[in-house]
Amino acid sequence: MANVRLIARLDIKGPNLIKGIHLEGLRVIGDPQEHARRYYEQGADELLYIDIVASLYGRNSLRDIVSRAARDIFIPLTVGGGVRSVDDVRDLLRAGADKVAINTAAVNRPELVTEVSRAFGSQCMVLSIEAKKIGEGRWEVFTDNGRERTGKDVVEWARRGWELGAGEILLTSVDREGTRKGFDVELVEAVTRACAIPVIASGGMGTLEHVEEVCKRGRADAVAIADALHYKRMDIPQVREGMRSRGIAVRRLEGRPAP
Amino acid sequence: MTAAVTVIDYGIGNIFSVTRALEHCGATVLLSGRPEDILAAPRLVLPGVGAFANGMEGLRSRGLVEPIRRYAASGRPLLGICLGMQMLFARSLEFGDHEGLALIPGIIAPIVAKAPDGAALKVPHIGWTPLERPPGCATWDATLLAGVREGENCYFVHSFTAVPERESSRLADACYGDCRISAAVREGNVWGCQFHPEKSGETGLRMVANFVRM
Repeated sequence: MANVRLIARLDIKGPNLIKGIHLEGLRVIGDPQEHARRYYEQGADELLYIDIVASLYGRNSLRDIVSRAARDIFIPLTVGGGVRSVDDVRDLLRAGADKVAINTAAVNRPELVTEVSRAFGSQCMVLSIEAKKIGEGRWEVFTDNGRERTGKDVVEWARRGWELGAGEILLTSVDREGTRKGFDVELVEAVTRACAIPVIASGGMGTLEHVEEVCKRGRADAVAIADALHYKRMDIPQVREGMRSRGIAVRRLEGRPAP
Repeated sequence: MTAAVTVIDYGIGNIFSVTRALEHCGATVLLSGRPEDILAAPRLVLPGVGAFANGMEGLRSRGLVEPIRRYAASGRPLLGICLGMQMLFARSLEFGDHEGLALIPGIIAPIVAKAPDGAALKVPHIGWTPLERPPGCATWDATLLAGVREGENCYFVHSFTAVPERESSRLADACYGDCRISAAVREGNVWGCQFHPEKSGETGLRMVANFVRM
């Protein structure tokens, strides 16, 4: 079986690493590079950068942050926020990103998903979905960090994204984001059942039991963790060990020095 | 004196990370898509992501297929990464039937993988998977994988896998459910890895360092 990936999520505003609740009420945490280095050294499987104000201002300020990270961090980097075109994607890949996460622009123009996966391969096209629960077993797609409704059904949109050529889905529960109350396991389960591409569960990680639930019942392929790491409530080795002891396959780390 | 490595720039893939990993391991990197630079390279890396046909077209349109073959015949070290490894093989069945560089006998075929419970596994295979030493490979000493232990994980992202014709071409395997993935291959001075050493943390850097010292 595939190992469940542990992804450190870094939400960025301007030059700062920030953290909010429900993607709002943002607090500055510190220097993104300092945190990224720490998560790399602790053994994160991947890093995920999201510029959370980019789509509001129509720009992406992550280029510099990512190119700095890619100089001495040798694990996959995913970058999202304000990515609008094949040219934007090319620019981020050249800066050192391995994958891009696209939300708003894909909702506005779904063909972009196909264009990006054709141009660079589906492995680098991550469809980012912000989901809010609107009823029993029903979630609506939001854009602009949970501010704008789209009228789209999350499960339908995820399946459509897969058909359009997305290689992965980043699924953020706006309801749970920053709350530490646990992942929206029903949401994750509904999406993993609907499409055959990997799904990254994001939003709500509070305890190791939450991770266990979203991996076992939700069948998440990867979990994104922000708050718990940024506030040092837990570190990556603790999460990894906690998952292993709960019977979830994770990457075994050697803990050896650099060559 | 630092070790010089030429990385083939043919308009495809994330060459920034490969370059950075080589530099981190002490190499001086020349990025080039010119035949003469490839022929003169002391060490050569063929990176790549995306579709096989696009990759080969990128090489062909720049007139690089023959120079790479001639370089390989010189006995100097060549490393193909991900799609770069797949292109070392004779043919690929990705969206048709395409000819490769034919430096290693074998084909590239789609991943078909099942879990122990019979459920189909997701494709692409994305993530960290442990390396295993194939039965026909006695040791990793004095290879690209020198110093790496069995069970160390590398980062994979791919939908197709190499099926070498000769068992002796297999340097490392990785199991994805019941699918035997050819993780690293070797044919004399020609090396290939399906995973991304430049994205596989300290384990990957060890291999990059091994290559730089060849």
